[in-house]
Amino acid sequence: MDIIVCIKQVPDTTDVKIDPKTGTLIREGVPSIVNPDDKHAIEEALKLREKHGGKVTAISMGPPQAVVALREVYAMGVDEAILVSDRMFAGSDTWATAYAIGQAVKKIAKYDIIFCGRQAIDGDTAQIGPQLAELLDIPQVTYVTHVEPKGDKLLVHRALEDGHMNLEVPKPALLTAIKELNEPRYPSMGGIVKAHRDYQVKVWTGADVAASPNMTGIPGSPTKVKRTFAPEPKGKVEMIEGDSGAVKVGNLVTKLKDKNVVREG
Amino acid sequence: MVEFKINKDECIGCQLCVKSCPYGAIDMVDGKAVINEKCTGCGACVESCPKEAIKEIKEQVVDEGPQGTENMGAYKGVAVFAEQRGGEIKPVALQLLGKGRDLAEDLGVELYAYLLGSNVQELAKELIAYGADKVYMANDPELENYRTDAYTKVIVDMIRESMPEIALYGATYIGRDLAPRIAQRITTGLTADCTELTIDKETRNLEQTRPAFGGNVMATILTPNHRPQMATVRPGIMKHKERDPNRQGEVIDFKVQLGEKDQLIKVLEVIKEHKKAVNLEEAKIIVSGGRGVGSEEGFNVLRGLAEVLDAEIGGSRVAVENGWIAQDHQVGQTGKTVSPEMYIACGISGSIQHRAGMGSSKVIVAINKDPNAQIFTVADYGIVGDLHEIVPLMTKELKEKGLKGL
Amino acid sequence: MRFELTEEQEMIRKTVREFALNEIEPLAEEIDKESRHPHETVEKMAKAGIMGISVPKEYGGAGADTIGYAIAVEEIARVCASTAIIVSVNNSLACYPILKFGTEEQKEKYLKPLATGEKLGAFGLTEPNAGTDAGGVRTVAAKVDGGWKINGTKIFITNGAVADTLVIFGLTDPGKGARGMSGFIIEKGFDGFSIGTIEDKLGIRGSEQAELVFQDMFVPDENMLGREGKGFGSAMATLDCGRVGVAAQALGIAQGALDKAVQYAKEREQFGRPIGKFQAIQWMCADMETRIQAARHLVYGAAYAKDHQKRYSKEAAMAKLYASETAMWVTTKAIQVHGGYGYTKDYPVERYFRDAKITEIYEGTSEVQRMVISGSLGL
Repeated sequence: MDIIVCIKQVPDTTDVKIDPKTGTLIREGVPSIVNPDDKHAIEEALKLREKHGGKVTAISMGPPQAVVALREVYAMGVDEAILVSDRMFAGSDTWATAYAIGQAVKKIAKYDIIFCGRQAIDGDTAQIGPQLAELLDIPQVTYVTHVEPKGDKLLVHRALEDGHMNLEVPKPALLTAIKELNEPRYPSMGGIVKAHRDYQVKVWTGADVAASPNMTGIPGSPTKVKRTFAPEPKGKVEMIEGDSGAVKVGNLVTKLKDKNVVREG
Repeated sequence: MVEFKINKDECIGCQLCVKSCPYGAIDMVDGKAVINEKCTGCGACVESCPKEAIKEIKEQVVDEGPQGTENMGAYKGVAVFAEQRGGEIKPVALQLLGKGRDLAEDLGVELYAYLLGSNVQELAKELIAYGADKVYMANDPELENYRTDAYTKVIVDMIRESMPEIALYGATYIGRDLAPRIAQRITTGLTADCTELTIDKETRNLEQTRPAFGGNVMATILTPNHRPQMATVRPGIMKHKERDPNRQGEVIDFKVQLGEKDQLIKVLEVIKEHKKAVNLEEAKIIVSGGRGVGSEEGFNVLRGLAEVLDAEIGGSRVAVENGWIAQDHQVGQTGKTVSPEMYIACGISGSIQHRAGMGSSKVIVAINKDPNAQIFTVADYGIVGDLHEIVPLMTKELKEKGLKGL
Repeated sequence: MRFELTEEQEMIRKTVREFALNEIEPLAEEIDKESRHPHETVEKMAKAGIMGISVPKEYGGAGADTIGYAIAVEEIARVCASTAIIVSVNNSLACYPILKFGTEEQKEKYLKPLATGEKLGAFGLTEPNAGTDAGGVRTVAAKVDGGWKINGTKIFITNGAVADTLVIFGLTDPGKGARGMSGFIIEKGFDGFSIGTIEDKLGIRGSEQAELVFQDMFVPDENMLGREGKGFGSAMATLDCGRVGVAAQALGIAQGALDKAVQYAKEREQFGRPIGKFQAIQWMCADMETRIQAARHLVYGAAYAKDHQKRYSKEAAMAKLYASETAMWVTTKAIQVHGGYGYTKDYPVERYFRDAKITEIYEGTSEVQRMVISGSLGL
């Protein structure tokens, strides 16, 4: 079973801070990581290969430094890692990004499953998977919690807020992974050494994937960012004072009563 | 016109091609042969090259790119995907009708609802009662359970028929699967997980505001050249209108046309997890616990307070990951978004991810040992103290004063 | 001179740190309290390739350089010193001597399973009467048909109670002292080999140090490690490697203790503000940070020397000496920053303090290290 996994290198958003003066992100010193949902996609692909054979190829569209993320998933065990990188992709929204990745997928051509992480922790859109599937004209299942081959089809469980659906899907199909799917393995030490000494991540430019500049980057993006800003902080908090816990609580309850969030029952 | 190109790396500079060209269309530049504008595409040079360095350039498909939607002005109206499951309209759909109503008023247009399912006629009336002017209803056994392919086809047909300038979907597990597929098919812009929607009066553009970078940054997005402008909206943020059973509206029986390609996915089973559904989104008051609670038993202290206030129990990601409280109580970026009348955060540090889930609560009370905890930046009232001391005192005080939640 | 880590080393650090936080830290307190060897963690580390990180690829290891190995031990020690020494012993004291002095058959049979983590290794040199005076061992190996009959006891052997493969040393020629010593590879199941006392210790309680008892233990000829009579040299060379591992462990302990102290200083309030705002605490932390960085340079420098120089005994000795004394000093201060709470079991710093002490003793006491260093100065 040949599987393509799409990954993204993202800043670790638990560490990100906003510059209070400019309202923009402070990127320095923020470590870059492989998007967490993508690791679940990689893990599942590796598990399927262990059971059913085949090739696992990881691809990523990003700036040159995204090669580090690809080395990391190579160290986890994928067979091939490809970076699709070109200035023409800069500024892409999800439509334009799906196009670029789609071109790379078309170049690889042979696949039974395309696995994506459901959502990236920087863009938070969760749109690439479905948009890519539509572009490639293949069925999609998102929020995948289980997948196994069933004859020439796939049996897939997809999560709902209050349960899940069991689906039967023909191949090739695109699946998006959530954290409930599996427990990703750590890159092995041997894998890390191999990734840095014996392996060269392939780099494809826009021309290599026959990407048309109008279909990607800013020209290829139907959505535009009007502005970004830091979320409004609330007005200052009123800290309740008091000599003891009981006194503080008494003061608080009085205020809550005044605010009408508690009242006589 | 057929064009040729000489590969610089393979060219050895023998100039045989220069001699072969009847039009003098090949120059030598720095010892390598280069084709100039005189070339007519006759191809005589190709055979002359001993290194086979001259090749035909394949017709470059210069894609036009996602050109703006034709006839943008013809798109009028606000449409809402009225998500239903098992015959029940999801609350977010009603919230979107509420917001859609406001947007429609601002634009001076009608509000549509797209209803898909099997045996959903009664639901159509509900949608009108909550604000829809027109309900496009696709009533068909094939649509009983959600399937990406079938639902995408039907809604794309509905969009093409009704031509709304705005289309809204709840950012549910289904909405976030469906909307991007539609956006790609009809080539338009989609903004995910919006928390705010306004109309720019001058341009009639929809301004879509949503969190990014895990909630650290807010971005306002536009889709200036494509219609409909699509957005998925976070449940629990917008407010539905008062139900008006006397409201008038039109139900349009929409013809469902599904080809083989729209029915590739087969639903084998729909399984509901049988636990007492925790309804945080509807709760008026939430008592929530984080790292400071310390254990599963620690939550009993919060339950005591929740009982007096008739409140629901919430938990931060830390509490859930440590197994102190079940996942369906999780509030935050990767949990539920809530906006209750009062949110009491006990022993919660208030990371950005958590604040993203409860920041729009009306009144926020925070109890934490650490005076520098981030939670105090969003709280209305704060007490620095140990929740294991403070929370029981609150329960006691409320009981003694005979006070309950609103 | 380059003062930055390679991308490969950075990725090792990042990966092992994440592993340590998720898999090792949650157990650290428990294995210390219960004084037990963390079998489940060792299995996970084997899967991740950590148990053989320093062994070349062709023998089943990861093939990382010594700095990469040191980083892995450091990151583990940062959360659990006990787990760190288990890794260090397996890599430096069990795999390394077989790699350096073993025959191809021995490497195939013993090194590979140790590197993949399928088997666990230990190193038996120390005896009740031979610590610093390592040449004073009394274990004797008498020649018999097809092999050697070994009698004697070893003590304080890390991993000894659970190891499958052990590298031990005994006198094949008792009259010659250190020059009559030879090395042997033995297996847990060998007849005549049993485990005696398992020590009840002040620190690194999550790792076991056992007494090994050899009573007419038969060891076949092909299990002699290195040449007969050359055992002492092999043992000393092995200890050089082990010193880099322990130096990294000490470094990790110190760093972990500082992390906790800084965190506490930011949270704990007295006189209306966090204690980290007071100069006394600030300067304590500044000194801790500086000494740790100095130790780090020595540790990575020793690791680099091992890979690039023929001899690195001095560098290893300096790194081990300085890092271990730094760990002791830093953990003492870390408790001080915590005040009364630091003295209780509620906070982890007291464990770091207890764990740090052994780094000044094993793998060559600080006194031995000073002998090596002054020796290199010609004194």
